[in-house]
Amino acid sequence: MLKDQDRIFTNIYGTKDRSLKGAMARGQWDGTKQLLEKGRDWIINEIKASGLRGRGGAGFPTGLKWSFMPKESDGRPHYLVVNADESEPGTCKDRDILRHDPHTLIEGCVVASFAMGAHAAYIYVRGEFIREREALQAAIDECYDAGLLGKNNKLGYDIDVFVHHGAGAYICGEETALLESLEGKKGQPRLKPPFPANMGLYGCPTTVNNVESIAVTPTILRRGAGWFSSFGRPNNVGTKLFMMSGHVNTPCTVEESMGISFKEMVEKHGGGIRGGWDNLLAVIPGGASCPVVKAEDMMNVTLDFDGLREVKSSFGTGGMIIMDRSTDIIKAIWRISAFFKHESCGQCTPCREGTGWMMRVMERMVRGNAQKREIDMLFDVTKQIEGHTICALGDAAAWPIQGLIRNFRPEIEARIDQYTANAMAHGAVLEAAE
Amino acid sequence: MAKLIVDGKEIEVPDHFTLLQACEEAGAEVPRFCFHERLSVAGNCRMCLVEVKGGPPKPAASCAMGVRDLRPGPNGEPPEVFTTTPMVKKAREGVMEFLLINHPLDCPICDQGGECDLQDQAMAFGIDSSRYAENKRAVEDKYIGPLVKTIMNRCIHCTRCVRFTTEVAGITELGLIGRGEDAEITTYLEQAMTSELQGNVVDLCPVGALTSKPFAFTARPWELNKTESIDVMDAVGSAIRVDTRGREVMRILPRVNEEINEEWISDKTRFIWDGLKTQRLDRPYVRKDGRLQPASWAEAFGAIKAAVAGKPGDRIGAIAGDLASVEEIYALRELMTSLGSVNIDCRQDGSVLDPSLGRASYIFNPTIEGIEQADALLIVGSNPRLEAAVLNARIRKRWRMDNFPIGVIGEQGELRYGYEYLGAGTDTLSGLLNGSISFAETLKKAERPMIIVGQGALSRADGLAVLSAVSALAETVGAVTAGWNGLAVLHTAAARVGALDLGFVPGEGGKAAAEMLDGTDVLFLLGADEMDFAKKSAFTVYIGSHGDNAAHVADVILPGATYTEKSGTWVNTEGRVQMGNRAGFAPGDAREDWAILRALSDVLGKKLPFDSLVQLRAKLYAAHPHFAAIDEIAPGEIADLSALAKKGGTMANSGFASPIKDFYLTNPIARASAVMAECSALARNNFKAAAE
Repeated sequence: MLKDQDRIFTNIYGTKDRSLKGAMARGQWDGTKQLLEKGRDWIINEIKASGLRGRGGAGFPTGLKWSFMPKESDGRPHYLVVNADESEPGTCKDRDILRHDPHTLIEGCVVASFAMGAHAAYIYVRGEFIREREALQAAIDECYDAGLLGKNNKLGYDIDVFVHHGAGAYICGEETALLESLEGKKGQPRLKPPFPANMGLYGCPTTVNNVESIAVTPTILRRGAGWFSSFGRPNNVGTKLFMMSGHVNTPCTVEESMGISFKEMVEKHGGGIRGGWDNLLAVIPGGASCPVVKAEDMMNVTLDFDGLREVKSSFGTGGMIIMDRSTDIIKAIWRISAFFKHESCGQCTPCREGTGWMMRVMERMVRGNAQKREIDMLFDVTKQIEGHTICALGDAAAWPIQGLIRNFRPEIEARIDQYTANAMAHGAVLEAAE
Repeated sequence: MAKLIVDGKEIEVPDHFTLLQACEEAGAEVPRFCFHERLSVAGNCRMCLVEVKGGPPKPAASCAMGVRDLRPGPNGEPPEVFTTTPMVKKAREGVMEFLLINHPLDCPICDQGGECDLQDQAMAFGIDSSRYAENKRAVEDKYIGPLVKTIMNRCIHCTRCVRFTTEVAGITELGLIGRGEDAEITTYLEQAMTSELQGNVVDLCPVGALTSKPFAFTARPWELNKTESIDVMDAVGSAIRVDTRGREVMRILPRVNEEINEEWISDKTRFIWDGLKTQRLDRPYVRKDGRLQPASWAEAFGAIKAAVAGKPGDRIGAIAGDLASVEEIYALRELMTSLGSVNIDCRQDGSVLDPSLGRASYIFNPTIEGIEQADALLIVGSNPRLEAAVLNARIRKRWRMDNFPIGVIGEQGELRYGYEYLGAGTDTLSGLLNGSISFAETLKKAERPMIIVGQGALSRADGLAVLSAVSALAETVGAVTAGWNGLAVLHTAAARVGALDLGFVPGEGGKAAAEMLDGTDVLFLLGADEMDFAKKSAFTVYIGSHGDNAAHVADVILPGATYTEKSGTWVNTEGRVQMGNRAGFAPGDAREDWAILRALSDVLGKKLPFDSLVQLRAKLYAAHPHFAAIDEIAPGEIADLSALAKKGGTMANSGFASPIKDFYLTNPIARASAVMAECSALARNNFKAAAE
């Protein structure tokens, strides 16, 4: 279990003073100027050495991402964009950072912008986060007043931080759709290449990072890459905010060391599964787009990128949805399908047409009003979407259903059998063709 | 150049090519819906997926990936692309299935049937049956104007129409609203689109979602005869294809001609065809007792003979209209010469352009394609959007590329691109000449400045002085050099340049068009309808196709053929000679105009020396060899422009007005068209029609 002194987010529950003064008392903004004085290369190398992987779900090494930015400006400005459009069901870590520990993020913006030669950082806040935006804006205003941001500030590096409020679309969490939205256009993902590091916001080199990825960097730099990489196993290092929702006794967001076991996590922080371990049905380990994992597979899982790949799922954002045996798993996945159908931007064909198709088939499977061969068809449809779309939303919509079919096929078949049997028992159930 | 291997075939293509273009270069067929050569890349239909070796284990959209984005193999071998592997086949079938699940199966009643990309590609790349058991999506049809019909159930969201209207046409009225499967293409307010190029979305739509409203349910594409021809609605001379069934023109479509219209045509060009069927003159008429009475050809010719008899040449005149072909103007000129008359004119609007000033003084010297090379533009007395909508799209294309300063003198209209408004008239022109207006500097700095001068500046009493001033300005700013002639005269009449080439202007002591109305005893009007005939006193012979302005006041009417009913030569505003072909026959007793003139000449005892169109052309080509060079431009002499620049003259202090008052009603055919009338009413009403 992570010791309190190793926590990066010291006010994640909002129990302490979240003002600049309070944040400074907890060690934030400490020696930021000295960090900047060590130079861009030192920062990027230190982040690379720390092994920090992007906390937004894909797990791309953050230091490597920063190093893609051009070293020298070709006349175009550089931008840092922070993705605070946290909309993945089951994920609620960025929101806690924004409302209770915003100074970690703001300081991170300064450090990251400096490392990339950006003089402007945009924080794109999810539309539904009203209070979070207010808290963040208040914190930024404090920093301007204290001379930490803006032109000719105390840190000696001109940097402006802007908060942009989204309109509440899940797709705007996709980095290029976020850039489109930030530019005032319709939030639809761009084609890649060109990648944002080359042609991003307003056609200028841009790096888009998750809130948590940025927020942890000042502490990593202060305490050293070695400290950060001492947690967890190689390639999966550091501390991380984990979230537990669903059928645990005390759902929570908690900072833990990577590589903690699922069991320990639930026992220590979740207060155990509702009704005991035998009552666990399944877990969606990293936000709604990750394939569901059956209870028996989940028992011995190590919570990190590789650990969850071993059970054919993914670590995602670390937002676990824990479901006990009272859950109608088919209906749960249908609900996720409905979410993706609703949030598909409609730009490219497989996702636009496929998400609706999948949801409708799932809808029938919830009732059992389907043919067993349709299970294979549904699986095939998910494969037809996966990898054929512009952005990863197509994949995200396909994976939960693939996970369901892989793990819970007997459930679906039983549901179909039951429906058919009932149909026989009550005489013919004929549905009028419309 | 980049080297790559497509399906085992090694090819070399330019660096800027996309994979799709490279695959086509290698002879591989790549299906697509959203990709269009002249529009930006959307990459949203996902039909053009191909497999790239060594890339991620998923197919790549070939339209959106450049060849330079490919990485070579580990040992430096060229990147490899496959278009026929099982992965690609599966991907295409998958995308096709998705496109079809919500696409209605109404091909039998769909106007796109037979020329539908979705139909063709479903045959070639799809699977034979559907696995989709749910209800199909229903989408409400939208009103987007009187020209484009929508059946939005069929839409596959390729956004070609949105990209065309925003990029080429320059309107932001069409868009995609909503998201996911509820996304819809609409004008949102259900107003008519305001572009003069909106009809092109019908061609661009790969399915039957946007179809031609006037053409709806009238014919199937496979039962139509296709004739390649030339448009005469404006002086651009767009390449068109006339589709006929029997003798009836059913629709008009564009052909590709990179030099002129690329593949766009204006709405007037496309939707004019119902005007070819109404108000037609299908028999000769003679005015008896103050009323026009049906007559036979012999009676009509007899009446003309009686009128001409004994009249001296200077009391006879002829005016050539805006749609006439070179052949009939030539025949008319020969007839007038034989009658001893020099009262001939083709400039109904009173324009001052004159062949004696040299060809460079009346053609669009830099050519339409040349617009893309220009780096600064001044528009004088013209609204290209209304006078030459397709040419205007070319200006917009150039304007979108990069820094292209545009200045306008004349009416301050919406041109679909940003411009600097310099002033209304001659004052401003003088200001540019003496350098007191800073835009003169912009023109001077440009390497290839271009000056478009419209008929609004030339159809005035002081038109010659204006033309001279414009030429002088062109010389001053370096628009007229050995390598670049940037002086561009924009015409509005398809017949005008050809007629000027023929020298169809008053000879020594001859009368101009306006003087002829009351200054002659016998007046021949070859489809000339654009004048104010109130003060006309002469005995008038009208040779034309439609019962329009001039037919109402004529004493004898000889029914002629429209541009789709005759083979003829037209010279566009660039001076490019083009030949149109006959797609059908004129109705009733109507005849081709040259043949009418030939027959009339016989009756008048001045028999013209040709009995067929071939013989006529042989004579024509002998006298004016440049007409024989079809699709070519005989360039003007820049020396003529410096001579013109020295002419000088006094300019009246007044503003220039565009000659086009109503884009949709500029000629007799358009005025006979119900579709054009509806468009015109909408435009007058500021496009505020109630959606039904």
